[in-house]
Amino acid sequence: MMGDLVGKLSLDAIPLHQPIIMGAVGFMALGGVGIAALITYFGFWRTLWSEWLTSVDHKKIGIMYIALAMVMLLRGFSDAIMMRAQQALASTGGPGYLPPEHFDQVFTAHGVIMIFFMAMPFIVGLMNIAMPLQIGARDVAFPYLNNLSFWLTTAGALLVNISLGVGEFARTGWLAYPPLSELAYSPGVGVDYYIWALQIAGVGTLLSGVNMITTILKMRAPGMTPMRMPVFTWTALCANMLIVAAFPILTATLAMLSLDRYFGMHFFTNTAGGNPMMYVNLIWAWGHPEVYILILPCFGVFSEVIATFSRKQLFGYTSMVYATICITVLSFIVWLHHFFTMGSGADVNAFFGITTMIISIPTGVKIFNWLFTMYRGRVRFTTPVLWTIGFMITFTIGGMTGVLMAVPPADFVLHNSLFLIAHFHNAIIGGVVFGCMAGFSYWFPKAFGFTLDERLGKISFWCWFIGFYVAFMPLYALGLMGMTRRLDHLDNPVWHVYLVVAMGGALIIMCGIAAQLAQIAVSVRDRAALRDLTGDPWNGRTLEWSVASPAPAYNFARTPLVTSRDAYWDMKRRGVAHRPFAAYRPIHMPRNTGTGVIVSAFAAILGFALIWHIWWLAIAAFVAAVAVAIAHSFNEHGDYTVSPDAVARTEDVYLEQLASQA
Amino acid sequence: MHEPRGPLIATTAHGPSDDGAAHGSVQSYLTGFLLSVVLTFVPFALVMSGAAPAATIIPICVALGVAQIVVHLVYFLHMNGASTQSWNMAAFVFTLLIVAILVAGSLWVMAHLDVNMMPGMMPAE
Repeated sequence: MMGDLVGKLSLDAIPLHQPIIMGAVGFMALGGVGIAALITYFGFWRTLWSEWLTSVDHKKIGIMYIALAMVMLLRGFSDAIMMRAQQALASTGGPGYLPPEHFDQVFTAHGVIMIFFMAMPFIVGLMNIAMPLQIGARDVAFPYLNNLSFWLTTAGALLVNISLGVGEFARTGWLAYPPLSELAYSPGVGVDYYIWALQIAGVGTLLSGVNMITTILKMRAPGMTPMRMPVFTWTALCANMLIVAAFPILTATLAMLSLDRYFGMHFFTNTAGGNPMMYVNLIWAWGHPEVYILILPCFGVFSEVIATFSRKQLFGYTSMVYATICITVLSFIVWLHHFFTMGSGADVNAFFGITTMIISIPTGVKIFNWLFTMYRGRVRFTTPVLWTIGFMITFTIGGMTGVLMAVPPADFVLHNSLFLIAHFHNAIIGGVVFGCMAGFSYWFPKAFGFTLDERLGKISFWCWFIGFYVAFMPLYALGLMGMTRRLDHLDNPVWHVYLVVAMGGALIIMCGIAAQLAQIAVSVRDRAALRDLTGDPWNGRTLEWSVASPAPAYNFARTPLVTSRDAYWDMKRRGVAHRPFAAYRPIHMPRNTGTGVIVSAFAAILGFALIWHIWWLAIAAFVAAVAVAIAHSFNEHGDYTVSPDAVARTEDVYLEQLASQA
Repeated sequence: MHEPRGPLIATTAHGPSDDGAAHGSVQSYLTGFLLSVVLTFVPFALVMSGAAPAATIIPICVALGVAQIVVHLVYFLHMNGASTQSWNMAAFVFTLLIVAILVAGSLWVMAHLDVNMMPGMMPAE
C-alpha cells in the first residue's frame, strides 16, 4: 500500500551517509533560505511575483534566463572543480576523496548542467533581451508562451538539483548511452532524473524556438528586409531553426529510452532486437546541431560587438549571413564524427570526415570577417572586445584541433581521450562562454540602465582566458599520451604533474567567476555613477540602442522605419534619431500571467512522480497542467492598452535625459 | 518627415494577427483527428494481432506512417497547394531536407555497421 502511495521513494533515497553530498545540499539550502530571508526583509515578494516571475516582457524573461544560467554555472563549475581535484589527488594510486559512483554522477551532472542549464538559458536569455529590440518589435510573437518556456526550462533545472539530495543522478556520461543507461545496468533513478529533466526543459526550448522564429519572420519593423537584419538576429533565426529541427530528435530518442526503461521495450537494449548503436546515432543527430545552436548566436554577439567597438560597418555582412546559413544546413550532415570508432566502414567515415572539414570553412570566413572589421577600425578595448579577441584566438585553436580529429584515422587514436575533452572545452569555453560573457557585458546596460564595472570585467576576462589555457593545454598533452576521459583514479606520476597544473587552471577560472560576481555587486553599488542616460552607451549601430536603458515595457513608442543596415547608426548619421513625435498612439500590450509558473510547477511534479514511479501523482499533475493551460486559453483579458499620455510621459523623461547629455 | 506605418503585426497577447493563411474549421480538425485515429489504430491492430508476417506488416506500417504525416500537414498545419506564403514553403522544404538527411543517413550508417560488425559476417582473411 505504501509502495502505491510513494512509489520507489523512501527515506533511504536521501544520501545521509555521504558527507560531501549532504554538505552541498546543506549549502544550497542555506543559500535558498538566505535569499528568501533577504526577499522577505526587503518586502520584495509581491513585486517579485507580479513584476518578474509572471512577466511576459521579453526583456525581463531574458534577465531571468541569464540569472538561471549564472546559478547553474556555479553548480556546474563546482562539479568541474571537484573532478579536477579528484584527478589531481587520485593520480598517484590513492583513492582520492570521491567514491567512483559519486565521481560518475559528478561528470554526468557537469555536462548536462553546463550544456542544458547554463549555455542554453544564457543563449536564449541573450536572444530574448536583444533580438526583439533589434528588429523594432514590441515583444516576441507569443509573450505568454515565452514565460512558459522559461519556467519549463527552470523546472528541468530544478529536477537536476533535486537529484542531488533525493536519490541520485545518472552515472552514464552526459548523453546517457545505452546499454549502460538501460534498466539492466542503471537500475536506480539517476537516468530517470536525466530523462525527465531533459524532456521538460526540451519542451521549453522547442516552444521558445517556435516563438523566436515567428517573431523574426513576422514582427520586423517596416523596411527591415532580411538583408537588413542585424547579424545577431540572423544567427538567432538560424539557431532557432536548428532548435525546431533538432530538438524533436532528442525528444523522440529519450522517449524511446524511457519506453525501454518503463515498459520493458527493446529499442536500445543488447537483446531482443534492440540496437544501442541506433541511440548513439540518433542522439548525435541532435547533438551536433546542438553545438551550433549554442555557437551561432555567439557568432552574432561577436559580430555586433566588433562592429560597434571598431566604429565600422561589419566587414562582409553578406558573406556572414551566407556563412551562417551554410553552417545551419551543414550542421546536419556531420554527426557521425562523434562516433567514427563505432565501426562503420571507410566510405561512411570518409564522407563524414570530409563534411566536417567543409563546415570549418564558413567558420573560417567569419573569423576573417571579424579581423577585417577590426582592420583600420578605431577599436576600443572594452570588456566585450577583450572577450571577442580572446574568442578569436582560442576558438581558432579549438577549431584546428577539431579539424585534426575530423580525420578518421587520427580520431581512432584520440577518441574518448583527454585530447577530445580539451578540444570541445576549447570550442565551448572559447566560443560559447566567451560569447555569453561578451553579450552579457555588451547588453547589460540595455537591460539594467547602467554599465558594468570595467576594471573587474577585465580582471574576470584575464582570469578566464589564462585559466582556460592552464587548465586545458595539459589535457591536450595527456590525451596524446593516452589518458582517457572519465577516470576516477589512476596511478601515473608523469600524468599527475599535468593534472595538478590543470587543477591550478581551474582555480584561476574560479577567480574569474569570483571577479564576475564581484563585478555585478560593485556595479549595482555604483549604479548611480555608471548610469546610462542616453540608452546608447557604446555608440551603437542597431535599433536596441535607439531606446532608453532599460527599455520601456513597450520598447518603441513608435515603430521605427528602417531604411538601411545598421538602422540606428544610419538614423544618427542622417540626424533623424530621437526626433520627438507630436503625438503618440495607444499601445496594445499583453498582461502578465501566472499560468506559466503554475503549469511548469505541475510539470516538475509530473517529472518527479514519473522518476519515482508515483503513478497517481503523475496522472494528477499531468491532468492539472493540461487543465490550467486550457483554462488560460479562455482568458479574454490577457491584454491592456497603454494610453498615449502614459507613453508621452515615459518618452519625455527619456528625451530630457538625452538633452541633458547632449 | 516620414510617417512610420504601423507595425507589420500588432503585438498582442494573442500573437500575430491573421495574415491570410488558412486556419481550419471544426469540420476539418475533426476529419483530421478521425483520420489520425484510424491511421494509428490500423498498424497497431496489425502488429498486435499478428495477422500477417512481419515482412508484410513493416512496409504497411511505414506507408501508413507517411500517410499520417500528410494528414497532419493538411489538416493541422494547413499546408496546401494554394499556400502562397514563401516562408511556409521554405520551412517545409527545410524540414523535408532534414528528415531526408536523417532517415537516409541513419539507414546508411546502420547498414554499414551491420555489415561491418555482425559476427560471422566478417570477411575471411
